[in-house]
Amino acid sequence: MKVTREQQQKTTERLAGASAPPAARPPVIGEERDVEVHRRPVRNPGAPLDLESVRALRVNRSAVERRAATIPTRRTVKKQWQAAWLLRAITCMDLTTLQGDDTPGNVLRLCAKARRPLRDDLVDALGVAHLGLKVGAVCVYHALVPVAAQALAGSGIPVAAVSTGFPAGLSPFRQRVEEIHASLEAGAREIDVVITRAHVLTGNWEALYDEVRAFREACGDALLKVILGTGELATLTNVARASRVAMLAGADFIKTSTGKEPVNATLPVGVVMVRQIREYAEDTGHQVGFKPAGGIRTAKSALEWLYLMKEELGNAWLAAELFRLGASALLTDIERQLEHFVTGRYSASHRHPMV
Amino acid sequence: MKETALGVTEIFETMEYGPAPESDKPALDWLAGHDPAFGIYLGGRWVKGSDGKLFDVINPATTQRLARVVQAGAPDVDAAVRAAREALPGWAALPGHARARHLYALARGVQKHARLLAVLESMDNGKSIRETRDLDIPLVARHFYHHAGWAQLRDAEFPGHGPVGVVGQIIPWNFPLLMVAWKVAPALAAGNTVVLKPAEFTPLTALAFAEIAHQAGLPAGVLNVITGDGTTGKLLVDHPDVDKIAFTGSTEVGRIIRQATAGSGKRLSLELGGKSPFVVFEDADLDSVVEGVVDAIWFNQGQVCCAGSRLLVQEGVAQRLIAKLRARMEKLRVGPPLDKAVDMGAIVAPVQLERIRGLVNKGVEEGAKMWQPSWACPTEGYFYPPTLFTDVSPAATIAQVEIFGPVLVSMSFRTPTEAVELANNTPYGLAASVWTENINLALDIAPKIKAGVVWVNCTNLFDAASGFGGYRESGFGREGGREGMWEYLKADWESGLGARD
Repeated sequence: MKVTREQQQKTTERLAGASAPPAARPPVIGEERDVEVHRRPVRNPGAPLDLESVRALRVNRSAVERRAATIPTRRTVKKQWQAAWLLRAITCMDLTTLQGDDTPGNVLRLCAKARRPLRDDLVDALGVAHLGLKVGAVCVYHALVPVAAQALAGSGIPVAAVSTGFPAGLSPFRQRVEEIHASLEAGAREIDVVITRAHVLTGNWEALYDEVRAFREACGDALLKVILGTGELATLTNVARASRVAMLAGADFIKTSTGKEPVNATLPVGVVMVRQIREYAEDTGHQVGFKPAGGIRTAKSALEWLYLMKEELGNAWLAAELFRLGASALLTDIERQLEHFVTGRYSASHRHPMV
Repeated sequence: MKETALGVTEIFETMEYGPAPESDKPALDWLAGHDPAFGIYLGGRWVKGSDGKLFDVINPATTQRLARVVQAGAPDVDAAVRAAREALPGWAALPGHARARHLYALARGVQKHARLLAVLESMDNGKSIRETRDLDIPLVARHFYHHAGWAQLRDAEFPGHGPVGVVGQIIPWNFPLLMVAWKVAPALAAGNTVVLKPAEFTPLTALAFAEIAHQAGLPAGVLNVITGDGTTGKLLVDHPDVDKIAFTGSTEVGRIIRQATAGSGKRLSLELGGKSPFVVFEDADLDSVVEGVVDAIWFNQGQVCCAGSRLLVQEGVAQRLIAKLRARMEKLRVGPPLDKAVDMGAIVAPVQLERIRGLVNKGVEEGAKMWQPSWACPTEGYFYPPTLFTDVSPAATIAQVEIFGPVLVSMSFRTPTEAVELANNTPYGLAASVWTENINLALDIAPKIKAGVVWVNCTNLFDAASGFGGYRESGFGREGGREGMWEYLKADWESGLGARD
């Protein structure tokens, strides 16, 4: 990538003040961080299943759709604000590959990208080398967990394993729980489980609660992300109820989708889920994280999810501790936008090391 | 939201929104082309005012002068009405499809100049660019497209009817260009010719629209735009050669116009004030209700005739809803209207700001509990924060009087019957919205509320095909749709009566 002197000069002007690291403040993310950083001070312990509060939930779809439609039109970030927000999005990414043809080769590539998500010259131009940028986690199938864990050793980036019969979640219950144990043994620090969608569709909230409780116990210290499979839950009211039950059962994160459903993360679904997180925090004092996944491919859509978090939940939910974006191709688009910020030119995607 | 030299690292930590200004250049360039003053548009020509009197148009967000426009006097109003009268036979005789072509051209002209109009409207009125860009201007184009259809179908759909004649239209400052569309589109579709007077606070987009109409080849005299304050409006209302007055504005002025036109044979339609109820039942989706309230009363700084300004909540959920509302209010952003990430812009003029302040003080004096968010509004320009009153009784001034600002008063009710009683306990009857997840309840309550529009689980939604208007002191007549067309049509047999001929 050739950057002319003139462009560099412009960039320096635009970044006035950017290169000087803040003096007294310690960086948000240290150079060598431990996986523990990702854990909130107080983990959601869950609460007894309160069926009445679950069944009382009602969501008005068209009103939610109107709200979702105006989130990207009511808020925007430009210039260095946009650059900073995109950097934040990188740190919240669960860099993911969940394909039948995954091999150690492409997972190693993914892990290398997770350690260095942004080209060095862009990191320098943005003056953010001291932030030690890296993604939130790397998310793979169980079989690839050992490869990823080894590749990420010492990086502070946790390996997340999709589990419990991902994506349909219909294998025998004991095997699903066993899968969690196996992934933990193989080195996973975060477990993305799928729920039995039938429990939601039939209103069997006790069964859903017990299932997620069991997953939580199996997880031990590891972070539990509960994938609701919202594309298969039919109504937003179901999404709200399933969100609440998952949190009551001890989910650390609730996650929209597997990425394998016909419709994955959409803003209306996100609105419903984050409102339930807010309600749960008000009721219990415990902060549960949110992870939209599937179909998030552009920097613009990543920003929209960040607006949603900031507007409905607040700044605490703008960090990897409480927010993750499940994606892979997204990173390349973010890099392109950041390069545009630095140089004023859009680059082809082949100029950025592939995921 | 001043431009600061904040670096990426700092923002990465604070995760604040920065400034995101829409460029004012297209509007400034256009305004510069009309220095030192705008003319008025009569008979297809731009002319100076007869006595050279001008007044300033101010940007309420900056208090800077944007332009100078004509204070039209009696000779100007006379000339405008004459131009409209001369153009009437030709325009009325055009076949429907030919009038439709003109209306389509106006719609496309609005779309072509959408950016300029959105920016100009925001600067002139103080409303946010998000609203002008996403709501006002698209609805304006939609109104002209819709009424192009009515122009073409008039003879088939309204047999035995023709245009009323020369129509005097006086419009308010809260949706300047949208009100141009609501008035001009049906009038022209039906075959009338128009003398339009925009509000003195916000005449610029109407003047820009006249330019667009001129470029689009609208025949001379079909649309005439005169600027001025209430005295110009009075001249138009009193002019003997005007066949109909269409007015949108305050109930106070509406009453005066009603008296002035009574017995004159002039047709009249009035779209006046409101104190619209926003009724929330205990089974509503409360988080969605909160967003509904934002759309109801903090849309356009609450300067909306159909604003849901009276929040009626079922007692059991009142506390929870108020708590949610307060949390939401903390997140609203008030700032420069051209910033793409603000929710509320500036109040249109100092006089309106004073009115809001006065009524809020009165509310506090009368014992209601006032709540405003912790953040501060910009001090330059005419800004007012979103405001919530609780513990309000129906007897309170703020529960009865239209505030026309971002001020919500809330009351609770016990039963559906009481909700209806409270909703109808107002001299107005413009709009209402009802929030419940129970369709039976919604269908029961909605028809019992005396209002021109009742929204269920939504609010402030408009469309050209859907008639808008009020009951009681909110006026009469409808705008939009088939029902709106009747306001600009006269039965052929009426023409034979010779009342005005």
